[in-house]
Amino acid sequence: MTFLSNTYFLIALTFVAYVGARKLYRRTGIALLNPILITITALILFLLAAGIPYERYAEGGAMIEFWLKPAVVALGVPLYKQISTIRRQLLPILLAELAGCVAGIISVVLLAELFGATPEVVVSLAPKSVTTPIAMEVSRSLGGIPPLTAAVVCAVGIFGGMSGFKVMKLSRVKSPIAQGLSMGTAAHAVGTSLAIEHGGYRYGAWSSLGLTLNGLLTALLAPTILELMGYQL
Amino acid sequence: MLIVQLAVLFSFLAAGEFIVWLTGIPVPSSIIGMLLLTAALHFRLLDIRRVSGVAGFLVDNLGFFFVPAGVALLGYFDLIGEQWAAIVGASVISTFIVIDVTGWAHQTLRRRLARRGRRRHIS
Repeated sequence: MTFLSNTYFLIALTFVAYVGARKLYRRTGIALLNPILITITALILFLLAAGIPYERYAEGGAMIEFWLKPAVVALGVPLYKQISTIRRQLLPILLAELAGCVAGIISVVLLAELFGATPEVVVSLAPKSVTTPIAMEVSRSLGGIPPLTAAVVCAVGIFGGMSGFKVMKLSRVKSPIAQGLSMGTAAHAVGTSLAIEHGGYRYGAWSSLGLTLNGLLTALLAPTILELMGYQL
Repeated sequence: MLIVQLAVLFSFLAAGEFIVWLTGIPVPSSIIGMLLLTAALHFRLLDIRRVSGVAGFLVDNLGFFFVPAGVALLGYFDLIGEQWAAIVGASVISTFIVIDVTGWAHQTLRRRLARRGRRRHIS
């Protein structure tokens, strides 16, 4: 039984679980079966069942997590490819992104405070709209709980992605560019993939632009906004 | 070559770390590295082929790299049990706000700017 806590076995298990979850998601196409959430849930259940403490898993996990930072740097390549798209209408896109980013951070912080969340939970929620690797980095630099941020971000992506077009129908956001942008801004990669399903790759391009720009703006602005709202970082 | 691409990618990350160390700004080093990489590609200081393979692999599989971080939730079940209502409530309402503010702002601004541009064109 003790072999189950072997570092390389646990790393292999993480790879296999992820590949399996991705296959399941692709075959069924159900947004709720988000591969990341499924993999995380499956691994947590496995560790609980086998009685392996998280610290033991983290020894191998750290080697996987190590690649998060270089992966964020790698996002510079899609950002570079999007520059020509942004240029065509720089001002409306940047201002809309700025508005969405600031509104998202301030609203989630105020609401979480109102609902009685503790400060470390409040700052963990601040980057909830942006893609997980960036959100976790932001959460860490704010003194939040990165694992909580990761889970909330996945859930927000699924929820925002599934409800996004219905919400915009109610509030009469009709322009395809605006719809694509806001799906990526609010629901990152999950929103982007659902935007592609809804309206094709043109929506997807705008959506992934929203994802990248909101990630960037949130990383740059969240520390200042939280400081202004009275959080000492 | 893969090894060259890794050398390039980690150099940009190291440059980001250096800038954070030098200035003490509270922005993740990886974000600075991302911006430096974008700038280097945009100003043709770096050939995209020197980084695109590794970058593509990492970006395509982003989800995988934060699985271990998510598994760490295991240690926070008590905290989530106490505060789940605040976490869910705040995230859901704020997500609606982000969707509407972004979409509405872009739609309105684009219309206004287009109208102003046209007027200037006529006069």
